[in-house]
Amino acid sequence: MSAQHIKRRISTQESPLVTVTLIAIALVFMALFLVLPLVTVFIEAFAKGWDLYWTALKEPVAWEAIKLTFIAAGIAVPANLVFGVSAAWAIAKFDFKGKSLLITLIDLPFAVSPVVSGLVFVLLFGAQGWFGHWLQAHDIRLIFAVPGIVLATIFVTFPFIARQLIPLMQAQGKEEEEAAVSLGASGWQTFWRVTLPNIKWGLLYGVILCNARAMGEFGAVSVVSGHIRGLTNTMPLHVEILYNEYNFVAAFSVASLLALLAVVTLIVKSTVEWQAKRSGDILH
Amino acid sequence: MSRFKAHTVLPGFNLALGFTVLYLSLIVLIPLSSLFFKTAELGFGGFWDVVTSDRVVASLRVTFVTSFIAAGINAFFGIIVAWVLIRYTFPGKRIIDALVDLPFALPTAVAGITLATIYAPNGLIGQYFAAHDIKIAYTPIGIVVALTFIGLPFVVRTVQPVLVDVEAEVEEAAASLGAGRWDVFRRIIFPAIFPAVLAGFAMALARAIGEYGSVIFIAGNMPYISEIAPLLIVAKLEQYDYAGATAIAIAMLVISFALLLFINGLQWWSSRKGGR
Repeated sequence: MSAQHIKRRISTQESPLVTVTLIAIALVFMALFLVLPLVTVFIEAFAKGWDLYWTALKEPVAWEAIKLTFIAAGIAVPANLVFGVSAAWAIAKFDFKGKSLLITLIDLPFAVSPVVSGLVFVLLFGAQGWFGHWLQAHDIRLIFAVPGIVLATIFVTFPFIARQLIPLMQAQGKEEEEAAVSLGASGWQTFWRVTLPNIKWGLLYGVILCNARAMGEFGAVSVVSGHIRGLTNTMPLHVEILYNEYNFVAAFSVASLLALLAVVTLIVKSTVEWQAKRSGDILH
Repeated sequence: MSRFKAHTVLPGFNLALGFTVLYLSLIVLIPLSSLFFKTAELGFGGFWDVVTSDRVVASLRVTFVTSFIAAGINAFFGIIVAWVLIRYTFPGKRIIDALVDLPFALPTAVAGITLATIYAPNGLIGQYFAAHDIKIAYTPIGIVVALTFIGLPFVVRTVQPVLVDVEAEVEEAAASLGAGRWDVFRRIIFPAIFPAVLAGFAMALARAIGEYGSVIFIAGNMPYISEIAPLLIVAKLEQYDYAGATAIAIAMLVISFALLLFINGLQWWSSRKGGR
């Protein structure tokens, strides 16, 4: 019996040589494409020492870029959060016609190039755009200004939270909510006390991914920003300007903040995944 | 009797669906529709002239060829990485697993300047290739490197859950019937993960086709050689050629949307085949 057991175990495993080779290939590939770039950001940022690093970050323009990045993410993430919850509530808790079309349309921004995501807002609100004349007549600037950056950021991060919540809430069904309502709870009470505790990990997961993309978006924001220093530059755009001026230390100093954000995102994401697994949630 | 909505005791349907459709329309549908109206100004002849001009065709070719190669590289290595992460244990595995998502978390501009620095002729890796007269940064090879980075997580993340579900009993049965490990992989495991590999490949491809931020720093952006279609859109915008920019965008959008349909079709096909 035990000899048979050993034989069977071996026959469904690869030889040690194959195992080691495959692990080596995977690790070298990961090291080359993921670890090396991540480490390089910090090496380049500190290449000329701490002083120059701090000087680059203390620049007023750098601060303006950091502030604008937080403003854009601070509006885009809550807006898409409210949308994600309401879309998931409608789709997961009710049956109606056109549901699968709606789900497909929600994913649409993921299929659009970031550059095109910016372009559509230029076509709407730019000087030659649909609303261009009206906006000019009323002296309102959306494109090459902060509102355009916020709109483009909302567009590119649009599906993140909804596509986390929809499958999660569909899998959870609606029995618990129906029980709460038939026991006399109001709609909002049901949402806050029953639904929200059930979806908290999925929600947090979506918010983290949404925020990372919102703060890091480059293509869409680049098209609508007009690159006005200190006014319409987000951190990624500031990195581009510094890099194109051959100011590599400053470019990588600002980039290191974004890389740090990425590392924090990955850590929080792994923690949430671990927590969700413990409570049996599905994450996508 | 066909009603729009089935009956339920839960409240909030009208509010939730109303807000969802309104927000979707304002943020996504109306802005995207402006693309089609803008192109309509050109007429079909004008549209065709733009998208078949030499420089546009060359940029579309560069975009699609490099995206295909990068997605292919990711499919191959993605299977190996997913396999190693699911089937083997080794020190640091959890960190490696978390790190797979780095391209989703790292802003593309940061990835772009970093890869350009590493693969430049005097860069950490570029110098070894430069010694053999091979340029990576500022050539189409550089574009492939950037797109490989951007698309790395897709195949790994689509294959991992499927690989977990491959039942050990089937593998054991095959082995007891005399199949070697390679045969088991080729005949049993690969067909099981193949739909997931294809889906991951298509997602990486779609992402690569639209990618801008990470590519422009490493590409060198030489017209006809290493100029990608999204960059040409930006170039046309900077010359206030809005209609021309839109025409290229439409061409890309149609192709991307076809890919999205293809992915959905694949998922439908694979879930039907898997009987789940």
